[in-house]
Amino acid sequence: MGAAIIGFFNRMDRAVLAAFACIIALLLVGSLYSSSFLSPEYLLQQLQVASFLGLIATGMMLVVLLGQIDLSVPWVLTVGGMMSTAAAGWDAPWNLLAIPFGIFCGMALGFANGIGVAYLRVPSMIFTLGMNAVAQGLMVLRTGGFAPQDHATEAMRVLATGRLVLNIPNALFVWGIVGAVTIFVLTRTTFGRAVYAIGNRERAAYLSGLATQRTVLLAFTASGGLAASAGVLLAGYSTKAYQAMGDPYLLPAVAAVVLGGTNILGGRGSYLGTIAGVILITLLQSILSVMQINEAGRQLIYGAVIILMLLIYGRQRKQI
Amino acid sequence: MRDFRYWFAENRGTLLAILVFVVMFAIYTGNHSAGFSANVITTASNKGVLLALVAMAQTMVVLTAGIDLSVGMIFVLANCLASTIAVGTAFETTLGIIGVLATGIACGALNGVIVIYGRLQPIVTTLATGAVFFGISLWLRSVPGGDTNADLADALTGQLPGGIPTSLVVLLGIVLLVWVPFRRSMLGRAAYAVGSSEPAAYMSGVPIERARLLAYVLSGFLASCGGLMLTFITYSGEASAAIGGTYTLNSIAAVVLGGVSLFGGSGSAIGAIFGAFALRTIGDLLFVFDMEPFWQPLFQGVILLAAVTLGSLRLLRIKNRLDLFG
Repeated sequence: MGAAIIGFFNRMDRAVLAAFACIIALLLVGSLYSSSFLSPEYLLQQLQVASFLGLIATGMMLVVLLGQIDLSVPWVLTVGGMMSTAAAGWDAPWNLLAIPFGIFCGMALGFANGIGVAYLRVPSMIFTLGMNAVAQGLMVLRTGGFAPQDHATEAMRVLATGRLVLNIPNALFVWGIVGAVTIFVLTRTTFGRAVYAIGNRERAAYLSGLATQRTVLLAFTASGGLAASAGVLLAGYSTKAYQAMGDPYLLPAVAAVVLGGTNILGGRGSYLGTIAGVILITLLQSILSVMQINEAGRQLIYGAVIILMLLIYGRQRKQI
Repeated sequence: MRDFRYWFAENRGTLLAILVFVVMFAIYTGNHSAGFSANVITTASNKGVLLALVAMAQTMVVLTAGIDLSVGMIFVLANCLASTIAVGTAFETTLGIIGVLATGIACGALNGVIVIYGRLQPIVTTLATGAVFFGISLWLRSVPGGDTNADLADALTGQLPGGIPTSLVVLLGIVLLVWVPFRRSMLGRAAYAVGSSEPAAYMSGVPIERARLLAYVLSGFLASCGGLMLTFITYSGEASAAIGGTYTLNSIAAVVLGGVSLFGGSGSAIGAIFGAFALRTIGDLLFVFDMEPFWQPLFQGVILLAAVTLGSLRLLRIKNRLDLFG
C-alpha cells in the first residue's frame, strides 16, 4: 500500500504536486481569515466559477502543448457570448440553436487561427493577436450604432447557474465532461500523441508520418470552440453578453496552464496539472476579493504570486 | 556593389516599412481637408511618436528572441507616475522626469532579471509583471487626472520654427542617443547574436546574460519615454488596461510590419519606428475617408493579419517541405 502511494507520487509531475500543495496552502490561509473557506458550499461555488476558466484553459493547454499560444481568447470568448445571445433572439425553433451557434462561431475563428499558424506558418503569437483584433472589430461593428439583443436563453442560464443533480453546479458537469474527453484524447488517441510529438519537435513528428498541420489546425479550432463555450456559459451566468467580457481571462488561462506544469514551449504537461492550475488561480482571485483588497492591490499581488510560484517550481532547465 | 547588395538584404524589412509608410502618408495627407500642413503633420507625429517609442521598446526584446507583453503597462505606469511627479517648477519637473525614466528602467530590469536569472519564459513573465505594473498604475491613479508641466508639454508637442514637429526631433534624439550607440556597441551586437542562436553566441564567448539584460532595461527605458510623451500630450494620467493592451498589441504589430523577425536576431528599431508610423496612418486613413468609426478596429485587425500573412509568400519558394518546420 505504502509503496503504491509512493509510486503514485513518483509518477506525478513535481509541478502538479506543487500546484496541489499551493491550493491547500491557499485554503489554509483563507480559513485563517474566515472559517467559511472550508465549507462545502463555498468550495462548490468556487468550482462553479472555476469551470468557466477550466474550459478556456483546456483549449489553451492543447495549443500550448503544441508549442504555440492562443492570444485570441478574450474576444473569441466574447464572440461566443454575443453570438449565442444574438441567436437567442431568432424566431421560435431556431433560438434553440443559440448555444451551438455561439460555439460554432468560436470554432470558425479558431479554424482561421489554425490556418494561419499551421499552413501560412505565421507565429501564433502575432496571428492570434491579429485574430483577437478582428474578432473585436466584428463585435464592435455589430453593436456599433444600435443595441442588439444580448439576453441569454433559459438553457444557457440553467447550464451556467443551475444545480440539477445532487446540488452540484451544472457548469462543473460541463467542465467535468470536457475534462474527461480531453484526458482521453490526450492520453489514448493518436491525435493526443501527435500533439505531444509536435510540441517536442514538429520536424520529427512530420518525418514520423504524422499529419502535423492538420493536428495544429484541429487544436486551434478546439481552442476557439472552448473559449467560445466559456463565453456562452459566462453569458448565461451574468444573464447577458457584453463587450470585452473576455478581457479578464487571458492571463488567468495562460497562468493556469503554466502553473499546472505544462511547458510553455510545448511537448510536456498533464491535464491533471491544468485542473490544479485552474483551481489555484480561481482560489487566489477569490481570496483576494474576499479580503477586500482594492483592484490595484489585487492586480499587484496576483501578478507577483504567479511569478513567485513559477520561480519556485516552474523554472526552465539550464540550457547551456 | 557587392556591399550594397548585402546592405540591401539586411535592411529590406526596414526599407519596405519606410515605403509603406510614405505611400500611406501620401494618401492620408492627399485626402485630408487641411492637406500637407504643419498642424496635420504635428498631430500625426505626436500620435506616431508614442507608438514608435513603445515599438522601439518591443524591438529591443524581440531582437534577443524574447517578447515583452508588459511594454504597454510600463507605458501606462510611466504615464500615471509622470502625471503625479513631473509637475511644478522646472527643477521639480526635471527630478520627476528622472524618476519616471528610472522607474521604467527598474521595470525593464525586473523583467530581465526574472527572465534571465529566474529562467522563466519571457511571455509568461511579462504577462504577469504587466499585471503588477498595472496594479501600481491603478494605485497611483485610481481615477484619471493629474497634471503636467504645461510649458514643457507645449514645447515638446508643438512645432519648431519652420513647422517641424518637436516630437519628431525628440524621437530622433532618442534614436541617436539610445539606438545608434546600442547597435554599434559590443553588447548590441551580442543581443543580435543571442537572438540568432543562443548556443552559438555562448560558444563564441558572447556575454549573453549581460546583452539580454541590457535589452530588457532599454526596453523599459524606451517604454517610459513613451509614457512621458503621452503625459505631455494628454496633460494627464490614466490607468487604463485598454490603453496598455492596445499599445502592447500595436507594438508587436509595428515590429512585425517594420521587418523585425519575431524569432530574433534580425531587424532594426528604425524599421519598427516606420512600422509604427505606418500602423498609425492606417488608423487615420479611415477618418479622412469618412468611414464610420466603428469600422476602425476591424480594419486594423484585417490589415495586421494581411501584413503578417504577406510574409507567407516565402513559403512558395520552399523546395523541401521539411523547411516548413524550421
